[in-house]
Amino acid sequence: MTGRILRRAAVLVLSVLVASIVVFLFMAVLPGDPAQVALGVNATPELLAKTRHEFGIDRSLVVQYFDWMGGVLHGDFGRSYVTREAIGPQLVDRLGVTLWLVGAGMLIAVVLAIPFGTFAAVWHRRFSGTAISGLSQLGVAIPAFLAGILLVQVFAVRLRWLPSGGWTPPDQDFGAFLGGLVLPALSLGLVQGAVLTRYVRSSVLDTLGQDYLRTARAKGLRPYPALLRHGLRNAAVPVVTVLGLQLTTLLVGAVVVERVFVLPGLGSMLLDSVSSRDLLTVQGIVLVLVVGALLVNFVVDLLYAVIDPKLRRSS
Amino acid sequence: MKVRFGAAALALLVVLPGCSAGSSAVVSNDPSTLTVGFAAEPQNFDFTRTDGSAIPQALLYNVYEGLVKLDPEGRIVPLLAESWTVSPDRTVYDFRLRPGVKFGNGAPFTAEDVRFSLLRVKTDWTISLKSAMNVVRQVDVVDPLHARVVLEKPSNGWLFSLTSRIGAMFSPTGVADLANTPVGTGPYQVASRRRGDSVVLRANPAYWGRKPAYTTVNLKYIKDPTALNNALLSNGIDVIATITAPDSIPQFESDNRFSVLQGTTNSEVVMAFNDARPPFDDVRVRQAVTLAVDRKALMDTAWAGRGTLIGSMVPPTDPWYEDLSAAYPFDPAKAKALLAQAGKTNLSLRMRIPNLPYAISSAQVVASQLADIGVQVSIEPLDFPAVWLKQVFTDHDFDLSIVQHVEARDITTFGKPAYYWGYDNPGVRKLLATADAGTPEEQVANMKQVAKQLSADAAADWLFLFPNVTVAKKKVTGLARNQVSESFDLTGLGSS
Repeated sequence: MTGRILRRAAVLVLSVLVASIVVFLFMAVLPGDPAQVALGVNATPELLAKTRHEFGIDRSLVVQYFDWMGGVLHGDFGRSYVTREAIGPQLVDRLGVTLWLVGAGMLIAVVLAIPFGTFAAVWHRRFSGTAISGLSQLGVAIPAFLAGILLVQVFAVRLRWLPSGGWTPPDQDFGAFLGGLVLPALSLGLVQGAVLTRYVRSSVLDTLGQDYLRTARAKGLRPYPALLRHGLRNAAVPVVTVLGLQLTTLLVGAVVVERVFVLPGLGSMLLDSVSSRDLLTVQGIVLVLVVGALLVNFVVDLLYAVIDPKLRRSS
Repeated sequence: MKVRFGAAALALLVVLPGCSAGSSAVVSNDPSTLTVGFAAEPQNFDFTRTDGSAIPQALLYNVYEGLVKLDPEGRIVPLLAESWTVSPDRTVYDFRLRPGVKFGNGAPFTAEDVRFSLLRVKTDWTISLKSAMNVVRQVDVVDPLHARVVLEKPSNGWLFSLTSRIGAMFSPTGVADLANTPVGTGPYQVASRRRGDSVVLRANPAYWGRKPAYTTVNLKYIKDPTALNNALLSNGIDVIATITAPDSIPQFESDNRFSVLQGTTNSEVVMAFNDARPPFDDVRVRQAVTLAVDRKALMDTAWAGRGTLIGSMVPPTDPWYEDLSAAYPFDPAKAKALLAQAGKTNLSLRMRIPNLPYAISSAQVVASQLADIGVQVSIEPLDFPAVWLKQVFTDHDFDLSIVQHVEARDITTFGKPAYYWGYDNPGVRKLLATADAGTPEEQVANMKQVAKQLSADAAADWLFLFPNVTVAKKKVTGLARNQVSESFDLTGLGSS
């Protein structure tokens, strides 16, 4: 088990390093001069040169990369070209918003998918089971931003129950925080929930067909208790895999949903920074997102072993 | 256990929307609070070193004040200077300052601060507007309430530029961290900001002038036009400063909760020709292209017909405005003839534009209309601002471009041959200089000449003037119809 963790951790560190180099090189070849964007029209050549020097972008790429990575390793992401603020604290602040969104979206997805997926599997020959399958199929086809726009039209513009966007930090006004979180989390969660429902259904269906469950049923156990006692653990392995994969797609979905709902998260920060060629900030955000995605995979890998003892022994 | 937890969470989610159902007002009901929605967010608070309109829009006249300001009709009126006199040779300005004015940090405002602020533009500012201060030779402190500015040569443009951010008054004790902590004499102070979301302004308790009607103003930043509209429709904000999706205006006009104000701006949508290079170094080609574009149809397509056709670089709020939109009526046949005369019948042109909605839809109209006279146009949208600035503006790598020019009185850019449109006419430069140095009457006469000459030369094609469309809840009063200064001026607002 320890060996497995160490091996996985080494892969994680290596992936982060490679990702950081790729991100850095992409930024370097992007057309457009950050100094020119910051200074605007009519900036004199002398001023441009001075500003490039101030930003440190007149040095060689290798020096710039090591300078940046050196800072990041000490928790210093540098200063934004555009806002003149330290990037690190901004990242933490924005990540907080995105994590709330992704977390709430995931919660909604799981809460919907496990009961509905299981139900659809157990009653897969009945109309109710088929209906849930059909509905989830529909949900899979709807992109999160579209769900968001529809939710806004109904609950914000027509009914005026909830705000159409904006963010209130939880420590400032918890009621307003929840109110602002509901629609964006729902637009992420409903779509992801539909995807997850289909996986839960097929996984449970698979489990239902296993010999040990038939035996349990033959011994007189009703379907749900039999599943709970004998099948759930087995059904959970593929679901956890998908959950991990989905967390990464949720991060991407969050970028779009943040735009629709005007949430000051990492996604909207990323879009703004790209258009203003705030390269250091873009590098910081992408690095955080990459590390996040890799960490999720790492945790999912470890979770397999926890859920499925067979995997533990084989390593 | 998992199932039970899930059920509880589900129940919570079902109950949640119900909880807030009773309170339909999302905006604070406090009558002393106003929330205004904008499309562009200030990246920081330092407009001395950061270009663009978002910072002065939020801070000028509200947090920072100058000696003079621009009223909604475009006239220069007193602000921190109670009055001023100009010497007969028009080079010495004597400003009498308002007594009892204090900065947000408690420091008193005196002629020393005038001197400090005006000279600091030359030394510390980095944005393009700073060049307007080059004409200042010296600033003298005659007494604490009397500042004297001596210019190298007479300049009407200088006094006008004092109404912009360039005239903002700073205290030597308040410039340590301009990017984050602005310190001005205005009716509001920055109370807090949430990046990517909002800036909160709070009334300055020690303000010298009339107390503002709203003690708290939330400036909400919403880039997406639909989200901006939804915020107003769902009570999230009280005012949309400028509508960025013209097609949505009718839905506000037909809703009796809102009032819609339409006025003008300083923002000309210009189709630039690369005048310095073939084929646009030939005036006949420029005239032909100008004749071949149906500007009315273009404005209908690009901005729902809401703008104004002006035919020049002069908006109606400038004193020398004349309607020149009829100078080149839509006439494809004449355009073809002109091209034939110039021997340029098989033109193919590169139109390099910002990747912004107004530019893309305008470009498509232009391309299809020029195709009718046998000119092929390839449209290349460039990432704005970064790539457009570099390739078109700096490197002059284009034949045609379409961009909004938002600065006030930017007709003077036609006096700079190095500017990206490459227009070089000594006669126009001389007229501009004479206008700047003369009396107000001479200025008007000369500027009219400049506009006419530019039109005769077809130096560019002025497609249309952007409208300023503000939508607000009925209760908000005092909103300016025209956007003529750099500021979204909160001082005139009230509530009914």
